[in-house]
Amino acid sequence: MSGSTRRAVIASGAGAAVAGAAAGLAYAARPSAAAASPAAGGGGAGADAGIVAFRGERQAGITTAAQDRLHLVALDVVTDDPDRLRDLLTRWTRAAERMTYGAEAAPGGVVGGGPWKVPEDTGEALDLAPGHLTVTIGYGPTLFDERFGLADRRPEALRDLPAFRGDDLDPATSGGDIVIQACSDDPQVAVHAVRNLVRLGFGVVAVRWSQLGFGRTSSTSRSQATPRNMFGFKDGTANITAEDAAALDEHVWVAPEDVAGTAEWLAGGTYLVARRIRMHIEVWDRTPLMEQEQVFGRDKRVGAPLGGTDEFEEPDFTRLGTDGMPRIPATSHIQLAHHSRLGGVRILRRGYNFTDGTDGQGHLDAGLFFIAFMRDAHRQFVPMQRALARADALNEYVEHTGSALFACPPGLGPDDDWGSQLFS
Amino acid sequence: MIARPPLRVVALIAAPAALALGACSGATTSDAASGTSGGAITVTATDTTCEVSRTEAPAGRVEFTVTNTGSKVNEFYVYAEGDRILGEVENIAPGLTRTFHVELAEPGTYETACKPGMVGDGIRAPFTITGEAAAPRSDDENLTAATTEYQRYVASQADAFLAGTSEFVALVKAGKVDEAKALYPTARSSWERIEPVAESFGDLDPKIDGRAEVEAEGMEFTGFHRLERDLWETGLQPDSAAMADRLLADVTELVTRAKAVELNPLQLANGSKALLDEIATGKITGEEERYSHTDLWDFEANVEGSTAAIAALRPYLATADPALVATIDERGKALSDLLETYREGDGFVLYTDLTPQDVKKLTTALDAFSEPVATVAGVVARG
Repeated sequence: MSGSTRRAVIASGAGAAVAGAAAGLAYAARPSAAAASPAAGGGGAGADAGIVAFRGERQAGITTAAQDRLHLVALDVVTDDPDRLRDLLTRWTRAAERMTYGAEAAPGGVVGGGPWKVPEDTGEALDLAPGHLTVTIGYGPTLFDERFGLADRRPEALRDLPAFRGDDLDPATSGGDIVIQACSDDPQVAVHAVRNLVRLGFGVVAVRWSQLGFGRTSSTSRSQATPRNMFGFKDGTANITAEDAAALDEHVWVAPEDVAGTAEWLAGGTYLVARRIRMHIEVWDRTPLMEQEQVFGRDKRVGAPLGGTDEFEEPDFTRLGTDGMPRIPATSHIQLAHHSRLGGVRILRRGYNFTDGTDGQGHLDAGLFFIAFMRDAHRQFVPMQRALARADALNEYVEHTGSALFACPPGLGPDDDWGSQLFS
Repeated sequence: MIARPPLRVVALIAAPAALALGACSGATTSDAASGTSGGAITVTATDTTCEVSRTEAPAGRVEFTVTNTGSKVNEFYVYAEGDRILGEVENIAPGLTRTFHVELAEPGTYETACKPGMVGDGIRAPFTITGEAAAPRSDDENLTAATTEYQRYVASQADAFLAGTSEFVALVKAGKVDEAKALYPTARSSWERIEPVAESFGDLDPKIDGRAEVEAEGMEFTGFHRLERDLWETGLQPDSAAMADRLLADVTELVTRAKAVELNPLQLANGSKALLDEIATGKITGEEERYSHTDLWDFEANVEGSTAAIAALRPYLATADPALVATIDERGKALSDLLETYREGDGFVLYTDLTPQDVKKLTTALDAFSEPVATVAGVVARG
């Protein structure tokens, strides 16, 4: 990155902080919303009124301190008219930006149209705080087929993930032309955002699948504590954080040289890998503690690597137990997924716990909705998942039931929108 | 894919921008010269204040020039009673000036509002329109013609419904099960085409079109679906003939009433949407024809009825919102074309033959058509 670019980033960052603080005044003046301010998931900027800047060098919702709630939707484009698609992307930009301010999807969208018009905003987020809403967009490999004249703009690395051992993927909950990830401290705010964007898209896109997540499973900022997954463990402790710019540049952001030529639109963007990982909760729950800890390679109470005492200490894979066996088993999740075992490969994890009710047999349909951002899924996620699929002791308790890969463009400048960004 | 004429593409792209401006207001950036008599009213918006240079104007076109001197993105609104928006300009970034106009033809009190940060009620102030009201708009001839034309359609469908029902009833009473089953879905089609009108008679609807669940409400299970059950599930019952007679009596009564109904244009628009809602909640789910599974016949009839109401409004809509008409035409054709792929002989495949993927395709096409149809009422209300 050149010096001038970095300065520009710092300057725009400062501007965002000022805008955020100013917005705080307006927010405080709204009596109906004052009580709803959530303490959790802060952007690390103190009193920010719950507004995460929509525009900037990167899209929000990637290094943004992980909010607690997720509504992610994958859509298929149902028109073959590129102008319709581009127009929708432009309209989505406007509505998404408005909603991140806590505003209606359109001016006066709830009642301003008068009694005879269909309201342009569905209304369930009216008077709610913005809740650090972020709306992040990405494009799947199928969007770059022959339909929209985008074939030569497909980044080389935007191609289907290979099959992995043990996969049980449902095509109906995998893939998709477009993804929209909405995250917020408030589930109603996230659902409202997706609902209103989907609504704008009828006739142009149709929902392929969607996923709600009720609790973050990763920290993307050092200011956040590591949360627990549905197995009760702290996982992803070694995540890349927003504060680690060098690691982000190396492992998360697509560099211009990665996409030289007609795929340059993705420079500064990233890839999103989504995996719906169903957990066999009931089987796990009747597993003794020692086995659970050996599966993860971590202590359950504090999250320290086995044999260690602190969650954030580096795992020592050479340490032996009193039985002469490695303290952290070679098949443990922590060892197989560790960057030292993967040639230095790292990813930015940003997943969510989910429960989709029960499965009809009286068992929880629950698990981890794995989301991770990276510079090249085929060089990062694929070797990592191959290693896990081959040997991870956790495989006995989990099943991958959905999978998708999307390319997320970089952030938007003041006058850009998603349509112009993708098509010109 | 067949290449479309370029003109049409242009019209489609232009549509959202035209809609965003609303019927009677428009916004431009400040460099456009303002030439309204009396000059534009200037508005200076900060993060905490909203200064409007004049709070009174004569009836007619009023122009506002809004400057955001604050640090937050701002918006400016003109409201009628009940927070109905008559004009607005959004996304005024700090330091930017934007001009827009709004038609305020009726003398009275309105409200202006700046909305720093784009949220909340905004900083409100009263705004008065003085002078004489602009001449009341005469009823649009096209709208008057629309109701006349649609009432003719209702009457013709009502007649066809009575004829079809009479024939169906005769077959049931003669014990001709196969012929009655063959006629059942088409005899109902006329009903399905005018369902919102027919359903407006709350006492007759459950007698003619009720499901078995009406018994839970203490009513007798009668009408088409009772005979559907007899024909497909249980075989004709001792009282099937009597049920057939009652159906004919109820339908006769309904037809008389339906032909006397007077509709206004808004009811046409809402009826058009209601027919599509019927599909979404009753037909696409396979709920309506649970014994015969002839739901796609009803599906088609609902779409035809919806399209007929839009057709009656078409001369009005063609002027009021041509882009909307183009979208409705395109998506209506896509839906009909898709439905056509499920045709089998004179009718359709049964609902039980549809795969989940088929149902999803139909749902997607129906959603696409329903969205623009739902906005017709808003356009008609402006007329």
